[in-house]
Amino acid sequence: MALDKLLVIAAALFCCGLYTILTRRNAVAILMGVELVLNAANINFVAFSHYVSHLIGGQIFAVFVIVLAAAEAAVALAIFLRLFATTGTVEVDAADQLRG
Amino acid sequence: MKGPADLIFYVLAALTVGSAILVATLPNIIYAAVALLFTFGGVAGLYVLLSADFLAATQVLVYVGGILVLIMFAVFLSNQISSVKLSNPVHFRLPAAALCLVLFGVLAYTAVSPSFVLKARITYQPTTAEIGELLMTRYLLPFEVASVLLLAALIGAALLSRPDRPDIARPDMEEPK
Repeated sequence: MALDKLLVIAAALFCCGLYTILTRRNAVAILMGVELVLNAANINFVAFSHYVSHLIGGQIFAVFVIVLAAAEAAVALAIFLRLFATTGTVEVDAADQLRG
Repeated sequence: MKGPADLIFYVLAALTVGSAILVATLPNIIYAAVALLFTFGGVAGLYVLLSADFLAATQVLVYVGGILVLIMFAVFLSNQISSVKLSNPVHFRLPAAALCLVLFGVLAYTAVSPSFVLKARITYQPTTAEIGELLMTRYLLPFEVASVLLLAALIGAALLSRPDRPDIARPDMEEPK
């Protein structure tokens, strides 16, 4: 258990999240991918805070990332519910009314 | 650290990465949400191994207890249960997989190239008291900004998800006089 292994784990989580964001069409699934990416970033913050930095600023940054993720999830899911009420689906391809 | 801690680390790493891969590939969105639960749990375990006890508890409370429940609610509210394909359609599978594999290779190569100066002595101590102290002193401004942001998100989400009531006339904006 060392820094490089943790970074590889975080990279794997990030790539899974990116793959989810790129391939899914369901908005809720895309949100899951975003959460994976945020978790990968958090692992990096905490790992560097534990192995490299002498302060625990990394952990504090991770706390703020979790706060932002919670706020983002709540607003995003409210938007998805409106999208579902408007178009009858939560697939992101359906939300193209603003296309010129 | 040798012995059992290493074993626990590898088990947690396999759990985290394996269930993240399941999140990315499972065709049924409910199964993907359950796999996400295990990913969050594995990340919380990794935090414990990194002596971030407060963060591990926060991860379980906020992610597993809050965000995942929200996601499940959104899945149940936005899909017809009767429809056989609980919709999680997949597009651009091959290019996305190629891009992600290449990116993973680059990131992993960067991670294992020995370029980080590690601390001389790595300590394992509880950090909750220090985090609380720093949040009230050095990081007070971001803390307050985060609380205002949470309030704004709360009001915005409540306003957005409120159903339209056509029988109640909306108070239109006043005409400028």
